[in-house]
Amino acid sequence: MIKKTIDARGSYCPGPLMELIKAMRAAAVGDVIEVWSNDAGSAKDIPEWVNKMKHTLVHVQETDGFYKIAVEKTHP
Amino acid sequence: MAQNIVILGGGTAGTTVANRLARTLAQEIEKGQVEIHLYGDSAVHLYQPGYLFVALNMRDLHDFIRPQKSLVHPRVYWHEQAVQALDLQHHRLKTEHHEVSYDILVIATGSVPNFDFVPGMAEATENFYTPDGAVRLRDRLTRFTEGRILIVQDMPHKCPAAPLEITLMLDDYFRMRNLRERVEIQYTYPIGRIHALQSVADWALPHFNERSIHYETYFNMERIDPERKVVLTMDGAEHPFDLLISIPVHQGAEVIRRSGIGDELGFIPTDRTTLKMIGEEDVYVIGDATNLPISKAGSTAHYQAEVLVKNITDRIQGRPETTPYEGKVACFLESSLGAASFITFDYNHPPHPAQASEMLHWFKGMYNELYWLTARGLM
Repeated sequence: MIKKTIDARGSYCPGPLMELIKAMRAAAVGDVIEVWSNDAGSAKDIPEWVNKMKHTLVHVQETDGFYKIAVEKTHP
Repeated sequence: MAQNIVILGGGTAGTTVANRLARTLAQEIEKGQVEIHLYGDSAVHLYQPGYLFVALNMRDLHDFIRPQKSLVHPRVYWHEQAVQALDLQHHRLKTEHHEVSYDILVIATGSVPNFDFVPGMAEATENFYTPDGAVRLRDRLTRFTEGRILIVQDMPHKCPAAPLEITLMLDDYFRMRNLRERVEIQYTYPIGRIHALQSVADWALPHFNERSIHYETYFNMERIDPERKVVLTMDGAEHPFDLLISIPVHQGAEVIRRSGIGDELGFIPTDRTTLKMIGEEDVYVIGDATNLPISKAGSTAHYQAEVLVKNITDRIQGRPETTPYEGKVACFLESSLGAASFITFDYNHPPHPAQASEMLHWFKGMYNELYWLTARGLM
């Protein structure tokens, strides 16, 4: 279940990723954060970041011209 | 009764706007129809890009400081007073001494680094984003003969190119002292490349590779352990340092955060074209104080001042405000102690760094002096 949604549409790189990082710092382990972004760079950068930080990518969905990218915080 | 134009903030943005309005509205001011009041809390004006040259022991801090009074046009009322509260609903603000009413308000309160955002940073780090920090870093660097320099940064911060510049300049600085082989330089960046602007990242990367400057991307700080001299990142890794240079997250001025008119970092929601505060017809926001996703830099404030002064002048003289801010920013990029590049860009045109040259480096040096004409509203 998505705990928090960040609408970062209209904000371009590094905006959406930095918004996600901010939310992940404040989130609890197990929380799922979803970012909305219409920046194609986010669809590449956010999964790369998740992989490096060893969290879990829940989904990357493209709908109505923007991306919904959900991430689960898997460690403190 | 005169219309009151009140400008908050005596930095680049506020001082430039006040001095330009003093000229464009000279007749109205002389007739007593308009008054311009500039509020700031410092008796001196600091040219902040100079800190980079102070840290690298190329210039003295005093070269970049002038008395604020000496810069302000005689048609402007200068008040060295901190503003403590804003009441936009009643067009009023409160200073430490009295209440002030305005007809038009220009908020130019800037941004400040927050060294407490990452636990441990304030105790462990050196910096070149404050005047005292630049002097202290200079003194550390002059005695630094071997070890690992770690450059870390968070976003947003002002002068987005400066961390790259100091990294490239440190390489040259230690080469000139014949110490480069004993000094490791490690640069880091919070996203997946070494600068947010793709073309600037592409420009700097070959310099890093050719000059053995190490880097790590997706570097997101969790905390810093000053005793063990390590930075801990969100991926659980530890990064040791002998000398840490931090560029921390910046936030809006305290008065903005206290008044509740900013976002969570204290930056004010601003229309990207008109530079009016969202939902406020009589309040303009300029420079670092806005929430616009563009560089927080002196050149941004300079170009915004040109637009804002034109529109306020048109408004006072009974014409519609028709001049848009189109996102223009310009920036020098020092690539060593003796060469620089240059970029200019706006909302619709990404930057293309110029070929680095000695001439551009000297031009940046000249601009360190020309800046005082910008602040006076003459250039």
